[in-house]
Amino acid sequence: MESLEADKNPVVQRLRSWDGQAVSEVIEFRGETTVVIPREHLQRAAAYLATEPFLYFSFLSDITTVDKFPLEPRFEVNYHLLSIARSDRLRLKVRLAGNDPVLPSVTSVWPTANWHERENWDLFGIRFEGHPDLRRILMPDDWEGYPLRKDYPTEGPR
Amino acid sequence: MANLDDCKLMTTTIETPTGAAQTMVLNMGPQHPSTHGVLRVILELNGEIVVKAEPVIGYLHTGIEKSCEAKTYSQVITLTDRIDYLAPLSNNLGYCLAVEKLLGIEVPKRAQYARVLLTELTRITSHLVWLGTHAIDLGAMSVFLYTFREREEIMKIFEYVSGQRMMTSYFRIGGLALEPPPGFLDKVRRVMDALPGHIDEYEDLLTNNRIWLGRTQGVGIISADDAIAMGCSGPMLRGSGVAYDVRKAFPYSSYDEFNFDVQTQTAGDCFARYQVRVAEIRESIKIVRQAMERVAKAEGPIKSEAPGIIAPSREEMKTSIEGLIYHFKIYTEGFAPPPGEVYQVIESPRGELGFFVASDGSAKPYRVKVRAPSFVNLQSLPTLAVGRLIADVVACIGTTDIVLGEVDR
Repeated sequence: MESLEADKNPVVQRLRSWDGQAVSEVIEFRGETTVVIPREHLQRAAAYLATEPFLYFSFLSDITTVDKFPLEPRFEVNYHLLSIARSDRLRLKVRLAGNDPVLPSVTSVWPTANWHERENWDLFGIRFEGHPDLRRILMPDDWEGYPLRKDYPTEGPR
Repeated sequence: MANLDDCKLMTTTIETPTGAAQTMVLNMGPQHPSTHGVLRVILELNGEIVVKAEPVIGYLHTGIEKSCEAKTYSQVITLTDRIDYLAPLSNNLGYCLAVEKLLGIEVPKRAQYARVLLTELTRITSHLVWLGTHAIDLGAMSVFLYTFREREEIMKIFEYVSGQRMMTSYFRIGGLALEPPPGFLDKVRRVMDALPGHIDEYEDLLTNNRIWLGRTQGVGIISADDAIAMGCSGPMLRGSGVAYDVRKAFPYSSYDEFNFDVQTQTAGDCFARYQVRVAEIRESIKIVRQAMERVAKAEGPIKSEAPGIIAPSREEMKTSIEGLIYHFKIYTEGFAPPPGEVYQVIESPRGELGFFVASDGSAKPYRVKVRAPSFVNLQSLPTLAVGRLIADVVACIGTTDIVLGEVDR
């Protein structure tokens, strides 16, 4: 769903000219821009987006996952970025296979990612490599399973 | 101002040796009156000085996001009330705006103004609860009695307009649940006329109170850079000098037509956050007054027209066959937005409240994620509390203004 409108977006243009490999898809929906990034480029792209003076996405609002089970790639991890200086938002999306839900941690770029990544580990079982303290956060420490996955029943284990 | 000087002296001379023999681990909560619910903080202390503070959360986790996936889009509204139970209308608004964005529908102006009016009243009640409970935490009992008196008046307005004091669910996808009852604006006007005087009373009790200043000034400092790095929003961020307010930066529900100022302070301490919140109550009164005028002047429906998505009026349901069919279908199977994902933010009393809603084209949301400002703000508690006295932890938790229902969801 690559549109001309998305290509005109200056943020997308910047990202493309910085590293064409880092942008695998751009989605425009209801005025929101989503940039799909391959996993191996995530950390570099995050550091670039957070510090590049023109972009300055210094505020990470949220990290959240969507489980597409039984489709593959199963997980979509969304990073909601905010640039306070430019009043702009951007969503980064990384797609992960169901048998390998591992991502590099972005805590070194945005310290606030710490609890967001713990939440995604807790509820979806996405492992963040390089996270300083990857423990469950909402569920009890001895909980089994990842409650927000689609193959986890809503009314307790059957 | 002797006690203030003492306070500053203490902050400068604190050293935190982390020798294992010297420190003591103290468990605070989850059953502790000043944690505002079920927050637990594991404190490592050197004498009375906090060396390490680790919030432990999840005691109120009710799986709201999972429940959302089993309900239709309209049914989810009642769950959003229960996320942040001190600001239910803000949560209603955030969710409704997200679904309206997903559907691509526009809400009539009159409903938008009524939404602004009621969410600003919500902000006032939320800040009043915060002010009262925070003052109790720090030993000023009487303020609580006054703020709850005024809060009750506003709760009566909520009850009058929606039938509920707290779990209002008054905003619906596409507009409002009901026509505001006659005399609604008069009631609001009466409360708004009295409120500025009451806020002066609170300020008389606190703003120049030496004990209050001693307990809050220079306590729990967070710099602007740290606040941004830790994802703080709302009064937490504005108390550190960053003038970021979603109502100004990304206006929703016609906020761009209203005249108000973003309140900031630069000190970044507990007192700065107190000042920001009190000033915000006054700004909210300004907005409510403008919204009253606009609601009175605006004409037209309170719900948008979208057959098959927004339920028809009672009249239409009783008199036309299409109306009856739509009514039946909407309340039995719901409606199906197009596939896609949206992230809608609003300025809740606690900060940036975001709703991420993903649709797969069916009548139930595929995923609802709440970006809870309390959850993110609480993460910076160690930044505020480490190096301070144990009594200051209470002040720090207080001015973070957490609602555990929202932290744990």
